Amino acid sequence: MIRPGLLDDILHLTVEHSVLVSIAMAFALAIGIPLGILLTRQSSLRTWVLGFANVMQTVPSLALFGFLIPIPLIGGIGKRTAIVALVLYALLPILRNTLAGILGVDAAVRESAVAMGMTSRQLLWQVELPLAAPIILAGVRVATVTTIGTATIAAAIGGGGLGVFIFRGIASVDTTEILAGAVPAALLALLSDGGLSWIEKRFSPA
Amino acid sequence: MAVRRELVAGNVTADVAADVAAAAVEFRNVIFRIRENLILDNLTFRVEPGETLVLLGRSGSGKTTALKLVNGLLFPSSGDVLVDGRPTSAWNVIQLRRSIGYVIQEVGLCPHFTIGENVGLVPRLEGWPPQRIAARTKELLEQVGLDPAQFESRRPRELSGGQRQRVGVARALAANPRLLLFDEPFGALDPVTRRELQDQFIHLRNSLQKTSIFVTHDVGEALRLGTRIALLDRGKLEILATPEQFLKSKGPETRAFLEVLSLPS
Repeated sequence: MIRPGLLDDILHLTVEHSVLVSIAMAFALAIGIPLGILLTRQSSLRTWVLGFANVMQTVPSLALFGFLIPIPLIGGIGKRTAIVALVLYALLPILRNTLAGILGVDAAVRESAVAMGMTSRQLLWQVELPLAAPIILAGVRVATVTTIGTATIAAAIGGGGLGVFIFRGIASVDTTEILAGAVPAALLALLSDGGLSWIEKRFSPA
Repeated sequence: MAVRRELVAGNVTADVAADVAAAAVEFRNVIFRIRENLILDNLTFRVEPGETLVLLGRSGSGKTTALKLVNGLLFPSSGDVLVDGRPTSAWNVIQLRRSIGYVIQEVGLCPHFTIGENVGLVPRLEGWPPQRIAARTKELLEQVGLDPAQFESRRPRELSGGQRQRVGVARALAANPRLLLFDEPFGALDPVTRRELQDQFIHLRNSLQKTSIFVTHDVGEALRLGTRIALLDRGKLEILATPEQFLKSKGPETRAFLEVLSLPS
């Protein structure tokens, strides 16, 4: 049965969930894209950084949230820890696709641009980033959709969001409650995926 | 033979220019190595103003490397490459590259730019006013035989290989470069289109009087386009001669290249 106030709760937690995801994605983009660009210039760092991001991805999400709790400054119970964990997860697809997108630019195009006298900044902004944009955006899309899903686990460490419904529903064997968390989370994911794929098409060069 | 007639016409300017003015490009004891591999072995030669020097050689002979040393895409391991009397290492490399046109076989047009934007690239980098860039772009497209109204706003992928390479040549000429570098620019084209672009090259060369260095492995193309031919063999200069002298040369690598010509064709 639908309990009184459920719709209000859904709305409230959906907003909270979106905020959590948005903040995490903002950090992941702010770190992932510049770091990805740096890695195209510093091949010696590539193995290490990608290795780190890969390892982060392999840690089970519930465990990662748990591991972070005892760490000073970033740890503890609550949103901050949840966001750190989500950023660590979102980093790999963004980093990897930024790297792949830029390194995938046709060597002849890059060579001509350099030979025409572009500075390395001009090369980046006028050639590499526009041509890599669809691939970078594809990475952002994957990261966003998975973060929306993973963010439901944030509730386990007091991070709030739609996971609150799911954990509560599991604890009280209440399917309605589980669905109240799962359905909006799925809709959010679909919506973001659709929106980002539209942007991706808009940004495709030529 | 049509080939020969053009060569004679081309040689007059080159011979007169020699010894009078400073070299447009000069290689002085240039050695280039990648780790222990010697790519260029003590190259010394001059490119005189206004001439078309062809660098001829097999794949791996070092000709492309030599070309890249001129516009600072590479720097010598030892020795100097001088452009207008100044070693490339003493140039501001960005300024050096912007003052040298560069045309490569793969063309390398920016796929996200229109044809017009591709042609106007260097003027844009140099901060020309937009009207001047637009006028220059139109003028260049006409010079390479492409109707600006028809091609200016198209994308590179909508053009044929030959048309793309015409755009590549227009782009290289855009900012009135002191020097033009060609790296097997017509190598990927069908024989008929290739011949058309060679004719256009000769026409542009004669009307613009630009110093050019032209890399090819096609001895016919070398004889047709070069005012002088430098033959590279495993990083060494075997001969640097006018096409007439080249045809008479007894050097083993030169003979090997001329053998190809004498095959029935």
